Amino acid sequence: MLRLPPFRYLAPRLLDEAAQMLEEEGDQAMLVAGGTDLYPNMKRRQFTPPVLIGLHALPELKTISGSPEQGMHIGAGVTLTRLAEYPALLEQYPALATAAGSVSTPQLRNAGTIGGNLLLDTRCNYYNQTEFWRRSIGYCMKKDGDVCLVAPGSPRCWAISSADTAPVLVSLGASVHLVSARGERVIPVHELFRDDGMYPYTKAADEILTEVILPPATGWQSVYLKLRRRGSFDFPILGVAVALRPAGDGSIADARITLGAVASHPVEAKDAAALLIGQHLTPEKIDAVATLAAKRAKPLDNADLSMNYRKQLATIYVRRALGHFVNQQSHLS
Amino acid sequence: MAKDQQQKTRAYKIIGTPRPKVDAYAKVTGRALFADDIMLPRMLYGRLLRSPYPHARILSIDTSRAQALPGVLAVITGADLPQKFGILPSSQDEYALAIDKVRYVGDPVAAVAALDPDILDEAIKLIDVEYEVLPAIMSIEEALAHPEVKINDEARIGNIHKAVSYEFGEVEAGFAAADYIREDWSYYEGNNHAPIEEHACVAQWEPNPSDPAGGKLTLWSSTQTPHYVHRELSKVLGLPQSHIRVIAPNVGGGFGGKSDPFSHEICACELSRRTGRPVKITCTREEVFLIHRGRHPVKMWIKTGVKRDGTLTAMHFRSFLDGGAYGSYGIATTYYTGALQTVTYKLPCYKFEGIRLFTNKPPCGPKRGHGTTQPRYAIEVHLDKLAHDLGIDPVELRRRNLVEPYTHTVNGLRITSCALGECLDQVVERSKFHPNKLAAAANPHASNGSVQYQPAIKRGLGIAASAYICGAGKPIYWNDLPHSAVQIRLDRGGGVTVYCGATDIGQGSTSILAYIVAEELGIQPERIHLETADTTLTPVDLGSYSSRVTFMAGNAAIAAARKLKEQLFEVASERLHVPSESLQAANDVIYDEHDPGVALPFEHAVQFAEARFGALVAAGSYAPPEGIHGDYKGAGVGPSPAYSYSACVAQVAVDVETGDLVVEKLWLAHDVGQSINPLLVAGQVEGGAYMGCGEAVMEQQIFRKGLHKIPSLLDYKLATTLDTPEIETILVEIPDREGPFGAKEAGQGPLNPVIPAIANAVYDAVGVRIDEVPITSDKVFRALKNLAQGKGTELQPTPIELSSPWPTRLISWQHNGSQGEDQSKASHVPVQGGVS
Amino acid sequence: MRQLITLHVNGERHEVAVLPHHTLLEVLREDMGLIGTKHGCELGECGACTVLIDGMPVLSCLTLPLEVQESEITTIEGLEQNGKLHPLQETFAELGAAQCGYCTPGMLLSGAALLREHPHPTREQMKEYLAGNLCRCTGYTKIYEAVEAAAQRMSGGDEQAIRPAVEGYHG
Repeated sequence: MLRLPPFRYLAPRLLDEAAQMLEEEGDQAMLVAGGTDLYPNMKRRQFTPPVLIGLHALPELKTISGSPEQGMHIGAGVTLTRLAEYPALLEQYPALATAAGSVSTPQLRNAGTIGGNLLLDTRCNYYNQTEFWRRSIGYCMKKDGDVCLVAPGSPRCWAISSADTAPVLVSLGASVHLVSARGERVIPVHELFRDDGMYPYTKAADEILTEVILPPATGWQSVYLKLRRRGSFDFPILGVAVALRPAGDGSIADARITLGAVASHPVEAKDAAALLIGQHLTPEKIDAVATLAAKRAKPLDNADLSMNYRKQLATIYVRRALGHFVNQQSHLS
Repeated sequence: MAKDQQQKTRAYKIIGTPRPKVDAYAKVTGRALFADDIMLPRMLYGRLLRSPYPHARILSIDTSRAQALPGVLAVITGADLPQKFGILPSSQDEYALAIDKVRYVGDPVAAVAALDPDILDEAIKLIDVEYEVLPAIMSIEEALAHPEVKINDEARIGNIHKAVSYEFGEVEAGFAAADYIREDWSYYEGNNHAPIEEHACVAQWEPNPSDPAGGKLTLWSSTQTPHYVHRELSKVLGLPQSHIRVIAPNVGGGFGGKSDPFSHEICACELSRRTGRPVKITCTREEVFLIHRGRHPVKMWIKTGVKRDGTLTAMHFRSFLDGGAYGSYGIATTYYTGALQTVTYKLPCYKFEGIRLFTNKPPCGPKRGHGTTQPRYAIEVHLDKLAHDLGIDPVELRRRNLVEPYTHTVNGLRITSCALGECLDQVVERSKFHPNKLAAAANPHASNGSVQYQPAIKRGLGIAASAYICGAGKPIYWNDLPHSAVQIRLDRGGGVTVYCGATDIGQGSTSILAYIVAEELGIQPERIHLETADTTLTPVDLGSYSSRVTFMAGNAAIAAARKLKEQLFEVASERLHVPSESLQAANDVIYDEHDPGVALPFEHAVQFAEARFGALVAAGSYAPPEGIHGDYKGAGVGPSPAYSYSACVAQVAVDVETGDLVVEKLWLAHDVGQSINPLLVAGQVEGGAYMGCGEAVMEQQIFRKGLHKIPSLLDYKLATTLDTPEIETILVEIPDREGPFGAKEAGQGPLNPVIPAIANAVYDAVGVRIDEVPITSDKVFRALKNLAQGKGTELQPTPIELSSPWPTRLISWQHNGSQGEDQSKASHVPVQGGVS
Repeated sequence: MRQLITLHVNGERHEVAVLPHHTLLEVLREDMGLIGTKHGCELGECGACTVLIDGMPVLSCLTLPLEVQESEITTIEGLEQNGKLHPLQETFAELGAAQCGYCTPGMLLSGAALLREHPHPTREQMKEYLAGNLCRCTGYTKIYEAVEAAAQRMSGGDEQAIRPAVEGYHG
């Protein structure tokens, strides 16, 4: 039976207390909310923090407020189940509801949080292995070693951003609220990510992600497509999050295309999205956009199914994501 | 249609009716105990240190730092357990803890017992092992190409563990008589059993200084084969078998993965003996993947000759097995990859060559279907291709070649009951199966992408037939003893206790015993108490493998029950003034069949009988009959007292753009002879279908850089509810003459036809053949791309070129006398063979 | 150092001395004698360890007892009430939905939660709700049949005697 390493557990009752504890404990502590990502990683000894600071009881992190018209504030501690079923999200930010509902299994979603999903540790099938396995292969750059095992000649780590909500929140233009004992800040969510498998987040160690802020949904449509082998449990091996704002005449006024699970961070296909502006969604246009967007997908051989397959499917999935809007339009008209 | 059927004197009361298993309520309430649930006073926790290298020499092991850690009570290494063991007498190549060499990542090297698991974590890190890394062999091809890198001394030549070569009949003549000959290569990847319960055991040593042996040992283990574990423990620990007791508690799935004696079992026992305290070892899921004993990866070559009308004239089959680092059941597996080709279709002549290689990977062993699953896939796809080449309906092609009941095969196997024709009829009818007719426009099951940007889905149907044994005809260690025995005790209070070594791994073997005894004695099964799988209390049953338990333990149970029934009828006859021949037993009474009001309650009959005969205890046993196999070397693998038959139609849907493959439905007809409890039989059919489907599309035990690439339940894909097709089960019940109440097996046979049915369905849907299992989306995608680019319709594995002749002598054999109807047919003896 | 905590399990209040890093799975099994909750991977990849926390299915292998002291925990032992089985337990037993029985506790709790939310679930809903519980024996078929039968039984509908969906062909 695989078990956790020993640690001290601190249970703050309020956010301020949590921030204070985090500052006091310094690099001895890690934050944990639902624990559905951290505990497996700790059982495999990817992390062995002497102290855990539990966020799950903090009331400030559990609220959802606002409206699709004005924008919404979602506490980082809101569970994925709650998000997936939340009526306003289902109606006005459907990609987020889809993404949240596609994570793992019902049990995990009942405990896992949006904040935890956003800050999911990057993944690689040389890294997400037990301590015994990693010691046997000689460790890797991300943990205890100095070589990237999937790209031995590379100076950087190529672990994959594997969160479903991450590319969606980028496409939705969301922001995140970060709080520490030093103060607080709000940043656009895409600034939270760094193209680095080892240090994929710009959040400081003493900061707590407290809220996800969604801009008003008015005029926007969104969709999220997830590629994975099974219908549950599996992380995405490709995620496509598209948000479009049509103009009155059916052309596209604004567009965002973000790919998940193709790099160490969610990747925005800005040039591909730019092709859509002022255009109608014709088959030729969709093909061109999909082809260009897929160029951003450079998967390596460190996830499920062949890397060539995952690359080829990027084009198809972007096309299908865009096609989703066409089908919706024609369905409505 | 069988002409002679088992005589049924009346409708059964218990047999053939659906009812809960005897342990169902314990399982649904969480009361059923599994090995890791056992908590004993002063129990210690144990763990194995395993090799981090696929191939290395052990230069030194220093356990002193671990031993010095407070809370560590014992540390052992290979030097402490130098006696070799193994499941097969012909493959005694394992050490409980490695001596001199480690042969795969995960090979156990040391074992620790400590007060709690946290200390174990520390202790394991404090064992210092110095290795000299050796080159690692990771595939069949590498094993053949590098005989100088010798993995296991069981191999006389290079890394060849076993080679076999047989010719039955005149094969050259058979090919010469063919109008058409076809050859194909295919590859079946290895896979793991992945029972939800990880291997676990608790060992308890009780010292007794006045006993020359020193004391007694009890081992509770999640095992399918307590008897074989019992024997190997005795050998390795140097303890008489009389002083060892092996008990299988409830077992959370086995599927063949818990049929070997294991290092963790032996080490738990030795650690308990050294500490005087119970020791529990529970393996992690990763360890389950490393312990393995799973399905051998097999590369296969098949060549058949057929007449223009599809009649088979000759077959030549070659299998190359990747055995992993140790023998396990692998010699038997090698034989199995060739033995059952002749049991479904009439083959007038047959040549089989098999070879098993050692590689530096977790050892392969028996997984549901044991060595017959891979060749069945190869054959059924090959037949489909033949049918296509000849323009014959694939069902018709099979029907033309079906074996007849009560015949012998060209390799000396005795076929008794066979309802494969009925099975084929059933699945064809229910699925509305149509012959392979691939025309994109005409495909009636296609749905095109008429809604824009929706996936274009093409559907297809595929069919396959199969067979499996109802128990291995020979035990693992050859002997003249019964394969199964049952002891029954009747208590004067009316209770009935049944003792049998049979091990319930979820298939319901304990329940089967209850139903059979209940039927024979005319009582309710709820009256029966069952003691099973305890080598001290229960008579030997060889174990839950090769689908032997219903057939063999069932027949033994009938034999024991009939002895007691005879005694009961004798006293009842006197009390009721009715001749014995007119008595029946049912509904807890013994009664006059002509005047049912004249009856004696069961308890009263028992009391009278005990007064007359003394304690009422009887034993029955079973061994397979003679004459069921040929008399050549190696003929012991393949024979069985009966064969079950199955047919499957699979419906698949393929997204032609992405290659995404969904198995939508499986129709499975299974010739089970007689369901003892149709609920349990259907459960086995459905479970086999599920597992076969998983193997066909997503399960694979694969390696990279010398390590298991995906040793977790996240990365090794088990089908969830969202990935499992609808399964329609059809039970074909034409009783077998020798099965208990006519029953045959259901635990393994239904799995075999599923994989080729799916492969054939993919071809029907989109016109590509992926001749490799699993058929994953990326392979379908690549095949479709090749098809679109005019690069052919098949993804075939790379053939293996053997530059020299097959590395073993050829055995040529022919069945004496006519090949045809079985001369020794006996039509009215319900149970043949060594039943006493 | 062990910490004294209070857990509400199956309607009972228990004081338990736990080490913070012992998961709810381990505490239930090894400190409280509730061995009905099983484990198949300890990493959240199989669902065998499912318990209900305030009625919601949750993985006990990824839950710390420290974090659920305010919650109602239900294990398989708590599904029956004073020896009377939950209808789903009855139908699982009657219809052969438990073969080896090892995934069964987790499956039953997920199933009970499903029936509470959807008293007459469709097959699709069953598959979604049970998508986090792996079974290696049944192919899920009889599990769906048992859920359906329990739904009927719980709504006072047509009492089902054992009626497995098995087609027989007798020669």
